[in-house]
Amino acid sequence: MSVFVEREKCVGCGGCTEVCPGNLLFLREGKAQIRDVRDCWGCTACVKECPKNAIFYYLAADLGGAGGRLYAEDTPSTLNWVMKWPDGSEERILVDKKKANEY
Amino acid sequence: MKTLTKQADILIIGGGAAGCYAAITLAEKHPGLSVILADKANIKRSGCLAAGVNALNAYITPGHTPMDYVRYAEKDAEGIVRGDLLLSLAEGFNRVTEKLEQLGLVILKNPDGSYRTRGNRNIKINGENIKPLLAEAATRSKNVMVLNHVNMVDYLQEDGAVSGAWGIDVREERMVFIAASAVICATGGAAGLYLPNHPGSSRHKMWYSPFNTGAGYAMGLRAGAEMTTFEMRFIALRCKGTIAPTGTLAQGIGAAQVNARGEAYQTAYGNTTSERLFAVVSENLAGRGPCYLKTSGITQEEQESLEKAYLNMAPAQTMRWCETKLEPRYYDVEVEGTEPYVVGGHTGSGYWVDEKRQTTLKGLFAAGDVAGGAPQKYVTGALVEGEIAADAAAEFAKDRKTPVLPAETVERKKEWAMHFLQGTSAGANVASRSCADTSPSMGAAAPGHLWPSEKLPVYDTDSLEDAMQQAMDEYAGGIKTSYRYTEAGLFQANAHIERIERLSDFLRARDFYGLMKIFELKDRLMVSRALIAHMSARKETRWHSFAENLDHPGKDAAYEKYVNSRLEDGKIKILFRPLVKEGDTA
Ligand SMILES: Cc1cc2nc3c(=O)[nH]c(=O)nc-3n(C[C@H](O)[C@H](O)[C@H](O)COP(=O)(O)OP(=O)(O)OC[C@H]3O[C@@H](n4cnc5c(N)ncnc54)[C@H](O)[C@@H]3O)c2cc1C
Ligand code: SF4
Ligand code: SF4
Repeated sequence: MSVFVEREKCVGCGGCTEVCPGNLLFLREGKAQIRDVRDCWGCTACVKECPKNAIFYYLAADLGGAGGRLYAEDTPSTLNWVMKWPDGSEERILVDKKKANEY
Repeated sequence: MKTLTKQADILIIGGGAAGCYAAITLAEKHPGLSVILADKANIKRSGCLAAGVNALNAYITPGHTPMDYVRYAEKDAEGIVRGDLLLSLAEGFNRVTEKLEQLGLVILKNPDGSYRTRGNRNIKINGENIKPLLAEAATRSKNVMVLNHVNMVDYLQEDGAVSGAWGIDVREERMVFIAASAVICATGGAAGLYLPNHPGSSRHKMWYSPFNTGAGYAMGLRAGAEMTTFEMRFIALRCKGTIAPTGTLAQGIGAAQVNARGEAYQTAYGNTTSERLFAVVSENLAGRGPCYLKTSGITQEEQESLEKAYLNMAPAQTMRWCETKLEPRYYDVEVEGTEPYVVGGHTGSGYWVDEKRQTTLKGLFAAGDVAGGAPQKYVTGALVEGEIAADAAAEFAKDRKTPVLPAETVERKKEWAMHFLQGTSAGANVASRSCADTSPSMGAAAPGHLWPSEKLPVYDTDSLEDAMQQAMDEYAGGIKTSYRYTEAGLFQANAHIERIERLSDFLRARDFYGLMKIFELKDRLMVSRALIAHMSARKETRWHSFAENLDHPGKDAAYEKYVNSRLEDGKIKILFRPLVKEGDTA
């Protein structure tokens, strides 16, 4: 369970490093970096904060992960979750911010 | 070393649910008081609420009364609750819920505008942004100054009262001293004491926030405050692997617990929170595991709703369903117990407080998961408690002159912190260095030290944390022993914790993040030692799994009382107190 920073997409805005509840992310040479991948709680705060989709979240192999990557796009009315699978395919789930959970 | 010194009427330590609400209350009701809110992270996403929550678990639904809630919590905890505290929380649940809606929280409504309920006590929300909403409101407040990334380490005391606290600014790499007339502690509970479900590459995939390390409990103990009911540990029953909440499945869609043979077993065990966990543990031990929540048979539409609900609070679960193709409408969801936590918002562990949430230390108030006596508090309870503590702290602060910090105290604390940076590149050049090293702690082999290697400690912070978690797991009722323990085992656990505490004084950090890790470990060790003393003192098994004492497997009426503790001369001293009912005062 952790996150991965795609260096080439990262513009070093510092959004993710600011919000991590564990102070796990920091900037080095203008790019975000995680101190120790094992220390990530998986809250996805950094993923939602990133304006460039440069951080994805993945289920580690010990949690049953299968190599997928989870990104989030924050728009004013929806939170768009994008899942990318190892075969190159993609799945999107849009969550309406004005709608409550049904369960 | 760089330092920041501040003064305020009120210092709030921890800006989670309770701390943010205390700040909001102080802004609205006591605008003449100056307030500092210090959090180890940025309050936008700090604490338990980082990912979001799935429902408001504590709400008085139509046809019910606050007293009904007190009775429910009392029954669930087999009588060991503070009726007075619970009632004051239950009376405020609906008030703070309305406030949350005003702040922008989306709540599911019926066509007539009333809130849609889930079971008897829950209401349905979109809880993804609950933390940013609370943080925004706290930050907007004119008389509140928020200090993010400041990890508080210990209280300062003067004339028999708490007079502030000191800590370290992880971002600016400086020490922080705050003098205050009253202090509210709202640092949450303690995770990471025990070996977690996935100790390897997912060691922090736990239910409770791994960044809530029991700092408030440890600070209180070290300052002489009394604690209560640590032995009522909380162990969550969660979705396998992702540790995502199960309430959405169990209460939300009414999924039954079944074992590997498809048998619904719950009724054989009772239905309190600890019994639901104990049922899974027992079915597994009897060879009928794994256990599941029976979701197979739900509709495609229900499944899509579930996927969205989990994205709003525990995205890993949705990810897992999509990734493994084990869709809940075809496959039941496996459940497992987590490692044990000390957390006053779910069980009764925490500071012993009076009705105003003043601790046994004058000038120190506690709210939320760090305050004891009132289980089933949840988010709304933490908010109400933040409000009560804020009012009481304001009252206290009004009559007190703001304390000043003696220069000598500042020097002594600085020396203590410097001690852990000595011999490393950080110690040599703390002020001018920019954030550089990636590894949080340093051991003998770590680069960047200036000392000859024979002077360096053998162990690093991570390895001592591993040792602590292993001792707790094996001897103090962790996952390994299916949460069961004996007094002989607890004795062993204590010996290990004391050994590791001694070793922790020799740790070295190469930056302020590493320094924070050392303080976090020390806090966890302090809490573990108190926890062990509490578990040894309750010579009965009142709550299966939460406190499964194999030497005393039954419930004993002689233990219808609170187990409390204080640190005296470096030792945990146990004391017992009689039960306090609603209407009584402690
Ligand atoms: C995963 C999860 C899901 C939950 N879901 C629900 C739900 O659906 N419904 C519900 O009603 N309840 C839920 N709860 C319970 C609820 O979140 C908690 O009861 C509530 O957040 C407790 O509030 P608190 O202020 O005591 O702790 P927190 O909100 O955790 O705040 C503690 C704060 O203290 C800070 N801190 C810690 N140590 C220090 C230090 N040394 N110095 C400075 N700051 C420090 C932390 O960074 C944090 O901001 C959930 C809890 C968890 C963990
Ligand atoms: S997912 Fe959460 S804990 Fe992990 S790095 Fe991102 S913000 Fe930090
Ligand atoms: S938020 Fe995104 S772009 Fe900004 S520093 Fe983090 S990874 Fe880079």
